Amino acid sequence: MLYNIFIDPFVQMAGAPDLLVQALWDGLVSGVLYALIALGFVLIFKASGVFNFAQGIMVVFAALTLVGLYEKGVPAWVALALTLVVMFLLAVAVERVVLRPLVNQPDIILFMATFGLTYFLIGFGELVFGGNPKAMITEQLGLPRGVIDVEMLGGRVSLQKIDIAAAIIASIMVAALAVFFQKTRIGRALRAVADSHKAALSVGISLNQIWVIVWFTAGVVALAAGIMWGARSEVSFALEIVALKALPVLVLGGFTSVPGAIVGGLIIGVGEKLGEFYWGPLVGGGIETWLAYFIALAFLLFRPQGLFGEKIIERI
Amino acid sequence: MLYRETGQFKTSYKADMAVFPIRQDRIGLAIILLLAFVAMPLFGGGFLLSAVMIPLLVFALAALGLNLLTGYTGQLSLGTAGFMGVGAYACYKLTTFFPEVNLIVWILASGFFSAAVGVVFGLPSLRIKGFYLAVATLAAQFFLQWCFIRIPWLYNNNVSGAIEAPVRTLFGMPITGPHATPELRYLVVLSIVALLTWIASNLVHGRIGRSWMAVRDMDIAAELMGIRLLPTKLLAFAVSSFYCGVAGALMVFLWYGSAEPEVFSISQSFLILFMVIIGGLGSLIGSFLGAALIYGLPIVLKSLFPMLGLSVGAATVEHITFMVVGAMIIGFLIVEPHGLASIWRTIKQKLRVWPFPY
Amino acid sequence: MGYMSKVLLSAASGAAMLLGGQLGPVQAQDGKDANFVPLFTYRTGPFSGSGIPIANGMRDYLEMLNQRDGGVGGAKIVIEECETGYDTKKGLECYEAVKGRNPVMVNPWSTGITLPLIPRAAVDKIPVLSMAYGLSASADGQTFPWIFNPPNTYWDGLSVIVKHIADELGGLDKLKGKKIGYIYLDAGFGKEPIPMFEQFAKDLGFELKLYPVAATDMQNQSSQWLGVRRDKPDYMVMYGWGALNPTAIKEATRINYPMNRFISIWWPSEDDARSAGAGAKGFRELNWHGVGTDFPVLKDIQKHVVDKGLSKVAKGKEGEVLYNRGVYNSMLIAEGIRNAQKLTGKKAVTGEDVRRGLEAINLTPERLKELGMEGFTDPLKLGCADHNGHGAAFVQEWDGEKYVKIGGPIKPMEDKVGPVAAAAAKDYVEKNAGWPKRSEACDSK
Repeated sequence: MLYNIFIDPFVQMAGAPDLLVQALWDGLVSGVLYALIALGFVLIFKASGVFNFAQGIMVVFAALTLVGLYEKGVPAWVALALTLVVMFLLAVAVERVVLRPLVNQPDIILFMATFGLTYFLIGFGELVFGGNPKAMITEQLGLPRGVIDVEMLGGRVSLQKIDIAAAIIASIMVAALAVFFQKTRIGRALRAVADSHKAALSVGISLNQIWVIVWFTAGVVALAAGIMWGARSEVSFALEIVALKALPVLVLGGFTSVPGAIVGGLIIGVGEKLGEFYWGPLVGGGIETWLAYFIALAFLLFRPQGLFGEKIIERI
Repeated sequence: MLYRETGQFKTSYKADMAVFPIRQDRIGLAIILLLAFVAMPLFGGGFLLSAVMIPLLVFALAALGLNLLTGYTGQLSLGTAGFMGVGAYACYKLTTFFPEVNLIVWILASGFFSAAVGVVFGLPSLRIKGFYLAVATLAAQFFLQWCFIRIPWLYNNNVSGAIEAPVRTLFGMPITGPHATPELRYLVVLSIVALLTWIASNLVHGRIGRSWMAVRDMDIAAELMGIRLLPTKLLAFAVSSFYCGVAGALMVFLWYGSAEPEVFSISQSFLILFMVIIGGLGSLIGSFLGAALIYGLPIVLKSLFPMLGLSVGAATVEHITFMVVGAMIIGFLIVEPHGLASIWRTIKQKLRVWPFPY
Repeated sequence: MGYMSKVLLSAASGAAMLLGGQLGPVQAQDGKDANFVPLFTYRTGPFSGSGIPIANGMRDYLEMLNQRDGGVGGAKIVIEECETGYDTKKGLECYEAVKGRNPVMVNPWSTGITLPLIPRAAVDKIPVLSMAYGLSASADGQTFPWIFNPPNTYWDGLSVIVKHIADELGGLDKLKGKKIGYIYLDAGFGKEPIPMFEQFAKDLGFELKLYPVAATDMQNQSSQWLGVRRDKPDYMVMYGWGALNPTAIKEATRINYPMNRFISIWWPSEDDARSAGAGAKGFRELNWHGVGTDFPVLKDIQKHVVDKGLSKVAKGKEGEVLYNRGVYNSMLIAEGIRNAQKLTGKKAVTGEDVRRGLEAINLTPERLKELGMEGFTDPLKLGCADHNGHGAAFVQEWDGEKYVKIGGPIKPMEDKVGPVAAAAAKDYVEKNAGWPKRSEACDSK
């Protein structure tokens, strides 16, 4: 038993290094995708203090809008642009209808409001585009398809081109966000809002405007995540469940940290893959469903504010 | 008018601090209990009892349990369905091992099993707070559901992988299985829920409830005032999980009749959390109101369409129901962010001083 | 607690009044005889991909009978869909809503909803038609007189798959030393065949590898398929549902698994295979009825329903696997009603009558021809003891555009499946002490 837990998995790793590399790669890719979903959460949480339960459904909704428009005969690139418009309108609507009337309410109330948003988007999305799953339009968007097989370590490691594209797009996105946050005027305003709503207001920053920008950015991130997940299986409301995996990622990385979301995503992605692959069979498999949460929990016990979260200072 | 407390004098501290200090409240409660225990089973009818009232009471009980933890003690939990599952599976094991013992005993006893599990997953709450704590309870949720699937012993190696409520009787009448009448099942559920609500009311109005609320408002301050955090938080987890466990057992035995592990999924946990929030955090009434709104609203909406003479497909109804429920949740929160219970309090206050505005 | 219950009660009684309008037995609008067929469907939720075509197929066939023949035996069919979202909770709500309105049967279309209905069926006198899903043991009509699950069970399906693999290899003895992988939805449905699979492995000497996929991770299967790469099974068998199927097929193409050695139970649809692109060519699954629209019955549906704009089906989707499965399901419903009318001489029949009617189902080749289903499916005969038929299934292969039948019908291994099914029925009765003995009379001899 002990041998099976502590030694055998490592023997397997050494015995088939190509599979280990493959597992690591698969883990990294799903980590990037988790991170993309988590990124949307972080952006919104940072700027408006809202724990956005609807981020998962925004991923589905964005992807569904894109594919749905395409199926209605709109060319792929126009559909993409229109989807961005839709996400912008969504951000405006959320700011007007949800955030503005609920300003300064406790976190849990805003959290609840985003649940209402989730329900609404599910109903709306299905009503407009239908509930049947759709295939993601990868080729029409110029995303590569196919596999690159790398011969190495006495075996074969296959890299999906779409996964490589996902990693590249995610990196570009994160870099762009970083530049946006650090270098632009709006970015500075965003950071000011994140630090203190009242102080930001008093120096003349429009909270409403910032919220729209943040929710729109989160919508764009959601669209990217939706395209990537959709390409892996299909665009359907079942994707919403996958979005729950963003929770341990967030917790691990800290709710307010963009690098935290990335690093958290990678740790969770790789951790659960290796866990499922090498240790899962010992207990009959399927441990991926809860392993991520236990990994996050283990980290939290040592750093209760997450890896990159701001230190919690409590005063009486 | 009717709701006026003029002439009701309180001569002792005890009377002043009573849960229902106004006579009309006490009369009202009596009427409600009478309605619920007598009128409902007599005139309710099968659909109302088994598809509306029993589910509603079960959800209200689970919401009550979660409210004790989240609303009163301030510990966010997303593992409610998992704890409900523990109760259901424990009750199943107990009643198949000892079929001669009355099922009601096992339903209540199964709560202790989920209480024990709740304590284990409550341990991290000492270090982790707020949304971060949610991940510990999520771990419980997914791990427990995995156990329900993976450990055949829990479901007596049934080929279907589900648990099926065997026929059990109370005073010679079946309360589970196909021959149990909706009336009897309803009365059993109602009695258990009423009893547990009464206990919860006493808990939260007493020393324990006060220490919970102190921890919720600020745990460091509570600690400085001499409340021991470890036992207080763990007790909240235990009591909350107890309630959820009983609710889970009631759900499988007196409502569903059989359940797959999928029944205790994360979406159920969220549903109950939302009942608590929309009903009102830290309010026992709120748990009932929230359950009524979140569970009842879609049913009412669904039946509205044929009423209005609109013929739309079942799927479209479902889509519109989703949209309306979502919009109404946001609407309610904007009108009254502290839940339905708060609306209720406001109405009561207005009635007391009526016709004056304040 | 105060006044909460008052509000609650008034809300609930309001709901009751609203619902009251719906209750009561169903009659056709013009006061003529009618039979009420509730269809539990799921056009929403995570499993809607499978649910929508089934719902369309079921509805369109019954609608076609209404349009073409004015219903069944002169009595119109009142079709009503109830949306379950594949959620047991909502399914039970649907059941409670229809049970007082004299439904001739219910079609739960979810194993989770079927299980709680099994003990209730006999008491409420409503037969349950769980077509090739639900509790496999319920095929035994002596133990479960009110449950019907034709034309074959998941165990039958498994034995057909094993036989098919053996045929490919050239005999059952050739399975010795082979490795077979099993990827499945980690729920009752996927787990049911495992004991039998293990028995096969022992008897025939092959090695079985299990790859469970949790319902929450249906779209995230890379670890399972990494396991497939490690173990290199000679064949893969899949019992999946919803988003599990397309994701599995995609992952299989990603690791270049030979698709013609990847065999599924009868649930994957065209969309599931199509979304994986050209690599999915050769993917195999079981089926027991035809695909496409080259059958008189489907032409009639097109003529009387689709072309009149009475269907919800998307253009060109009629004739797909799951659509035709819905048609097959509704054909059984209609046959049950028709037989019940013959047995009782009534036009408007009850659940009790239809239970007898379903036991009398006998789809001879001539009958199939009358139904416009010649070549669509194999003959099927049910009886009082046999509520399933344990019919043959065939294998169909994805050619990149559509499923093509390969090979002839394969009969399930009755000698292996029979004892397991009997034992399971016995086990169910033992665990549910006081399970009633069959008291319903038997019409067919």
